[in-house]
Amino acid sequence: MAECVGVDSSTSAHTMDKSIILPPDEIFRNLENAKRFAIDIGGSLTKLAYYSTVQHKVAKVRSFDHTAKEAHSDKLYEISVQEEVTARLHFIKFENTYIETCLDFIKDHLVNTETKVIKATGGGAHKFKDLIEKKLGLKVDKEDEMTCLIKGCNFVLRNIPHEAFVYTKHADSEFRFQTTHPDIFPYLLVNIGSGVSIVKRFDELLQLASKGQHTSVDMLVKDIYGGSYGSLGLTGDLIASSFGKSATADKEFPKEDMAKSLLHMISNDIGQLACLYAKLHNLSRVYFGGFFIRGHPVTMHTITYSINYFTKGEVQALFLRHEGYLGAIGAFLKGAEEDNPNQYRWVENYAGSSGLMSVSPDMNPMQRARSGTFDMLEMDRLERQLVKLPLLQDPSSYIPDTVDLTEDALAREYWLFCFEDALDGVVQRAVASQPDLPEAPERAEKFRQKYRHKLQTLRHQPFAYGSLTVRSLLDTREHCLNEFNFPDPYSKIKQRENDLALKYYLKAVKALEKLEWEDRQLALVSGVLAGNVFDWGAKAVSDVLESDPEFGFEEAKRQLEERPWLVDCYDQWFERLKGPPHRCALFFVDNSGVDIILGVIPFVRELLSRGTEVVLASNSGPALNDVTNGELQILTERIAAMDPVIQSGLRDERLMLVQSGSSSPCLDLSRLDKVLATLVRERKTDLVIIEGMGRAIHTNYYAMLSCESLKMAVIKNSWLADRLGGKLFSVVFKYEPTGAAVP
Amino acid sequence: MPGLCRSDPNNEGAAAPGPSSSERRTFNSTARLRTDSVKKSRPLFPWFGMDIGGTLVKLVYFEPKDITAEEEQEEVENLKSIRRYLTLNTAYGKTGIRDVHLELKDLTLCGRTGNLHFIRFPTQDLPVFLQMGRDKHFSSLHTTLCATGGGPTSLKLHKLDELECLIRGVLYIDSVMPRECYYFENPTDPDHCVERPYPLENPYPMLLVNIGSGVSILAVYSENNYKRVTGTSLGGGTFLGLCCLLTGCSSFEDALEMASEGESTRVDKLVRDIYGGDYERFGLPGWAVASSFGNMMSKEKRETVSKADLARATLVTITNNIGSITRMCALNENIERVVFVGNFLRVNTLSMKLLAYAMDYWSKGQLKALFLRHEGYFGAVGALLELLHSS
Repeated sequence: MAECVGVDSSTSAHTMDKSIILPPDEIFRNLENAKRFAIDIGGSLTKLAYYSTVQHKVAKVRSFDHTAKEAHSDKLYEISVQEEVTARLHFIKFENTYIETCLDFIKDHLVNTETKVIKATGGGAHKFKDLIEKKLGLKVDKEDEMTCLIKGCNFVLRNIPHEAFVYTKHADSEFRFQTTHPDIFPYLLVNIGSGVSIVKRFDELLQLASKGQHTSVDMLVKDIYGGSYGSLGLTGDLIASSFGKSATADKEFPKEDMAKSLLHMISNDIGQLACLYAKLHNLSRVYFGGFFIRGHPVTMHTITYSINYFTKGEVQALFLRHEGYLGAIGAFLKGAEEDNPNQYRWVENYAGSSGLMSVSPDMNPMQRARSGTFDMLEMDRLERQLVKLPLLQDPSSYIPDTVDLTEDALAREYWLFCFEDALDGVVQRAVASQPDLPEAPERAEKFRQKYRHKLQTLRHQPFAYGSLTVRSLLDTREHCLNEFNFPDPYSKIKQRENDLALKYYLKAVKALEKLEWEDRQLALVSGVLAGNVFDWGAKAVSDVLESDPEFGFEEAKRQLEERPWLVDCYDQWFERLKGPPHRCALFFVDNSGVDIILGVIPFVRELLSRGTEVVLASNSGPALNDVTNGELQILTERIAAMDPVIQSGLRDERLMLVQSGSSSPCLDLSRLDKVLATLVRERKTDLVIIEGMGRAIHTNYYAMLSCESLKMAVIKNSWLADRLGGKLFSVVFKYEPTGAAVP
Repeated sequence: MPGLCRSDPNNEGAAAPGPSSSERRTFNSTARLRTDSVKKSRPLFPWFGMDIGGTLVKLVYFEPKDITAEEEQEEVENLKSIRRYLTLNTAYGKTGIRDVHLELKDLTLCGRTGNLHFIRFPTQDLPVFLQMGRDKHFSSLHTTLCATGGGPTSLKLHKLDELECLIRGVLYIDSVMPRECYYFENPTDPDHCVERPYPLENPYPMLLVNIGSGVSILAVYSENNYKRVTGTSLGGGTFLGLCCLLTGCSSFEDALEMASEGESTRVDKLVRDIYGGDYERFGLPGWAVASSFGNMMSKEKRETVSKADLARATLVTITNNIGSITRMCALNENIERVVFVGNFLRVNTLSMKLLAYAMDYWSKGQLKALFLRHEGYFGAVGALLELLHSS
């Protein structure tokens, strides 16, 4: 890997621009497949955008051909790693000083020759037009700056959850991220550009300002009135006249104080004008972006203060995590209109994206020195449409995550430790999953470095990627694993466990059938819960599973907490079962192996027998040992071959398998596969079952649905159990009758 | 004499003239009939009204000209000396100035005829002024000094509401002074831009923008129905303060003089500097300022600008910003008439024309910028009226 030479504050930027060596696998990635370039050149920062296709390794499962069955021992299905091509958007931000070096680099690495045009926007597009055309041999096609900003803003608001945030200086967490509103319009966008040409000096000025006292320069209300001006509601500390004292006092003012006064003056003025425009157009959301903001706490604070003051809290000052990229994104979208980028959903790739303030000097000087001033955003195209679950009671207030680790420092500390602690195991697992590939350990090591670096970043800046949650920590890990071509480290383990569990299926079902109806209901629930103990994702369990592969289903049942459980709504559920059957149940399943085969399927079987249709929703892509849709298809086929109840269910389409649209161990009910949502509506689903810690505890524990819901999980983490007032293997069985009755 | 001594029993709260100007200008005859009753209630001389601002103290003084021989004898010596001192001089101490051109002659107030004098001095010299008063045995007089604005709380002043005084002052002066209010015809055409009187006969609703050290913007719906819409700390004090820091000047007059010789487009970055011309898509003309002081980020350009350019840019920045905020307030409040007052506009035709231009251009002729000759004195006039009204 090439060294990346960063900007060192002790050396002048002029001597650095030629000597920078770009690390190709870090900064301008996938240039060989790149097309549709766009560039936004501001007064000081250049933002480059391009589209590429990424070759991924994906693990696919395929049922064995039955005619060749004997040749393949007793394995249920085969796992093959295939190359899959997905679309990715790359956005890179760097200082204008490096523009020539970067253009040279791009030219040298660009393979695709179809590209003829580069879309350009921003004030500097004109200035650098000739340079770009000469270096890249592409025709510069200019796009309107404001149109690009707005297009870019719409794009990030639609596609990136937690894009917008409110800044509160003195709160527990300074950043309060907003959940994406289904309807992003109308809003006011205030772009505070500047044409500032030297980043360092601007940042120095802000630093200077943060040390100053504006009251020595500004004339305050109390300087004129001796106190507050009560009848007008003007407090004494309010600025009556900016710089008002500098005219009368015959003295030198400290630079810090003047800088602070200037900052207040500009911020208040912008805030005031923004409020007046917001009021005129009746808007309550105002997004601020541009060079002036650039994630600087001090400017965000003064702008927020100003907006709060002038609107008495009626208008919210919102900031964007990717405000610097809006112009480039917009210009790119203009150029890519024939690819219909707006038709797809895109998802932020945590592995390939720098966090908020990655280049902010006062936040993380170490990091700045290391990676220079390069900031990146990568977004992957989702191949399927994601929509919200139609059964959410109030989609606009739905927040998937139970605990916001950005706000909860104790929990944050624990989970960051926990993920760091589990890293060795994940690396080992990743290497073991590719025994035939000699370079796997090297890649696994890179994965370790990358993820550890992410964890370190998050420790210092929990807000780097929006609200920090257990879900985002898990998702980041999955993204990093994928980045280094470990698409499914658990594939072999899942395969082995599925094979094992299938052998016990009939025996388990028969044992249940012997029970009286009442006893069976409890046994079924206990079965799901005991099955849920089998989880490689939970450290407490993976230790046991690793040391003792014979850890059996029966043993798991014995490990389960005695009733009453930690959260125990079983009696209500049991009463409900005495009533009429549900029309249709949507079941979000969790782990493969014992969990799905011996726990979930028998429970589903009972529902089918009651006359309830069942939609089984499983992950689209792999995450830990969670059962994927592909695996579940094969499993149910095999079970159907043994069990006529499942067979007829599948045949009559009373049992349906759908993909959730997710590749996460957690569940965001506002981003689900469109096919699932359609089916849920068509079948008039009146029961939602969510299983497992990731889906029912870390996320959705407080999710309110407009129909009946069951949330079932075993707490396989002693810290979390402790926090919830239970102990390891405590049971959560939460039954919620219809929240808002649907006719 | 409606408006001053509560002569209209049907309008108890009224302290300023009614709506009809013909009625307002003929008050003398009706007032005479009431002289006797008025005489008893009117305060003893001297009659002052004071407005203590962040930068300037504004003082209005009513000099009675109808003093009878009997009164002349009764008048205590130090009162006489004050009257003579104020009316015979046009400058007081080192910094006090009487704006002779604003003096209102043969005015009748509470049955007395006299001249109204307009005096100002820097707020920082207030102690000197007070000392002068003591030296002239001012404090031995039985008088109340009605004051508005700020000022040290240690002063024993009859403090009045600033905005109320301001509005009363504006309405009163406009009623007694013909051609007080004016506007600029053809504000967007520099060659044909001329000052024209504006009859403020039916002034409501109006947006009253008081540009002192800071700025207050009031929406006035009637004499007693008004609200402060907003304000900004970027006012005259900011202009002078920044000019002092940028150019080393020391007075408002110096700063204005410099500004008149400078060129702001060398300092500001204009739309055409960025886009090469107009930014047509959003209707921004090339000459519009895109970034105030924007050119000063470049070292080369910093070396080519003069202090005069910096002063001009400061003036233009502050003025345009007030213009923007005012225009937004006018739109939000749905008011088309905007009256600009305050001492920032004193001898500041540059800013007045700029405001007139901005109001007209950005509102496409919908908004009218109006100005008043007594610019900064309305608060003090209002305070004087209050003195006469309350006694």
